[in-house]
Amino acid sequence: MSAVPKIRIRGLVKRFGEKLVLDGINLDVPTGTSMVVIGGSGTGKSVLLKCILGLIAPDEGSIEIDGKDVLAANGAGREDLRANIGMLFQNGALFDSLKVWENVAFGLLATHAVSRANARARAGEILAQVGLDATVGDLSPAELSGGMQKRVGLARAIAGGANILFFDEPTTGLDPIMGAVIDGLIVDCVKRLGSTAIAITHDMASARRIGDQAAMLYKGRIVWQGAADDLMDSANPMVDQFTHGRREGPIQMELRK
Amino acid sequence: MTALIAAVGRGVLLTLSTAGAIALFALNALSHLVRPPFYGRLFLRAFIEFSYFSLPVVSLTAIFSGMVIALQSYAGFSRYGAASAIPNIVLISVVRELAPVLAGLMVAGRVGAAMAAELGTMRVTDQIDALTTLSTNPIKYLVVPRLLAGTLALPLLVLVADVLGVMGGWLVGTAKLGFNSHLYLANTADFLQTMDVVVSLAKAAVFGFLVALMGCYHGYNSRGGAVGVGAATTNAVVSASILILAFDYVLTELFFAK
Repeated sequence: MSAVPKIRIRGLVKRFGEKLVLDGINLDVPTGTSMVVIGGSGTGKSVLLKCILGLIAPDEGSIEIDGKDVLAANGAGREDLRANIGMLFQNGALFDSLKVWENVAFGLLATHAVSRANARARAGEILAQVGLDATVGDLSPAELSGGMQKRVGLARAIAGGANILFFDEPTTGLDPIMGAVIDGLIVDCVKRLGSTAIAITHDMASARRIGDQAAMLYKGRIVWQGAADDLMDSANPMVDQFTHGRREGPIQMELRK
Repeated sequence: MTALIAAVGRGVLLTLSTAGAIALFALNALSHLVRPPFYGRLFLRAFIEFSYFSLPVVSLTAIFSGMVIALQSYAGFSRYGAASAIPNIVLISVVRELAPVLAGLMVAGRVGAAMAAELGTMRVTDQIDALTTLSTNPIKYLVVPRLLAGTLALPLLVLVADVLGVMGGWLVGTAKLGFNSHLYLANTADFLQTMDVVVSLAKAAVFGFLVALMGCYHGYNSRGGAVGVGAATTNAVVSASILILAFDYVLTELFFAK
């Protein structure tokens, strides 16, 4: 394992108006590691991913990938960094004006790197890697089930051979069996590509299947970090309450009156 | 009193900041016009949507407008024995004003609204963020082809509308008002000036750009799920319509005021 973490985050702060969403996040993700970030709704998990991707500009702090400062990178530099990142969005975020194969091969088509015929063939190969028949490529995203949309989203994320993969709630909205299938595919893809991964999830079974390491976010701060296998008996009262879904505990639900 | 002044001030500031944001959005898009990659397929799709699929509604609007202008101007001008000016009135009204303005408004309602809804849905379902993660600039991919298509397609539509509007006037003039067909058309041809057509098409290009810009801006920046997409769609149509009318005045002042 490399001494320099693949992703290093220091003092990351993000506010939306008066609301402090990320409050000084420090996080290292070693190369080849799958990091799972857990936490309740509205604790800043998705914002953290979007900051790393450069979709949201943080107010303070630094983000380094392979030792390069992401926030200081210019347009071309940031594009180079993004070219190595694949992202599976919570709802798939498939382009519904395009066919499935065009979604999977989007990166190839958009850069005009290969002909449409070659891109289509390549899309078929990648669909096979996520357990889908190449004929699915001719369908539109609206014709797919939720589980198939997630698989296509995963296929699109890995199509460019990314060495960093992000997964935003990969099993949300899926039945437990399909959730396990998606988790299995994620683990296979991460291993096959030798990628470093960050997944955010509420699903504890999924977190333990996907993650090597885990961190818990609460009120914009990392309150616990450790091995994913320790999630269920972490000895941290916040993690304990969250992972066991207990109503009583240090985490106070803020109900709007 | 202080509260009223503060409210007016906030309104002015909001208007100015929105105008500034739209201007920056447009400049950002225009800066991508000459930088590769170019998305010809997306341009073609937007162009066909703007032009071919808008042809029926624009054609019908133009024909009926020409017919109404012929009827209304006859009712007024015949009192002063100036009914012979009807072909000229129809021509000027249609070519200089009605064709570009009504085509712009029709396209704003049809294409501008659809554009805002499509981009708004893409925004709230993370598809625009997904484009960014796939190393594709969303402005270049989504906005530039639509702006270009709007700017180039509306003049073509207006050219058709110019002809059909005049034909609408001719139809009423010959079938109902007793004009001789040959004389009506000869009168129209004599009165037609190149400048009228050029300005008509120039207006159309500006209106097409505005329709696409408002559709893209409001859709691209929509927030808040289905409600946000609905609001973006409404805002796109309303703002495009107001801008079309405002720019129509400005362009008319620029080209025709003596």
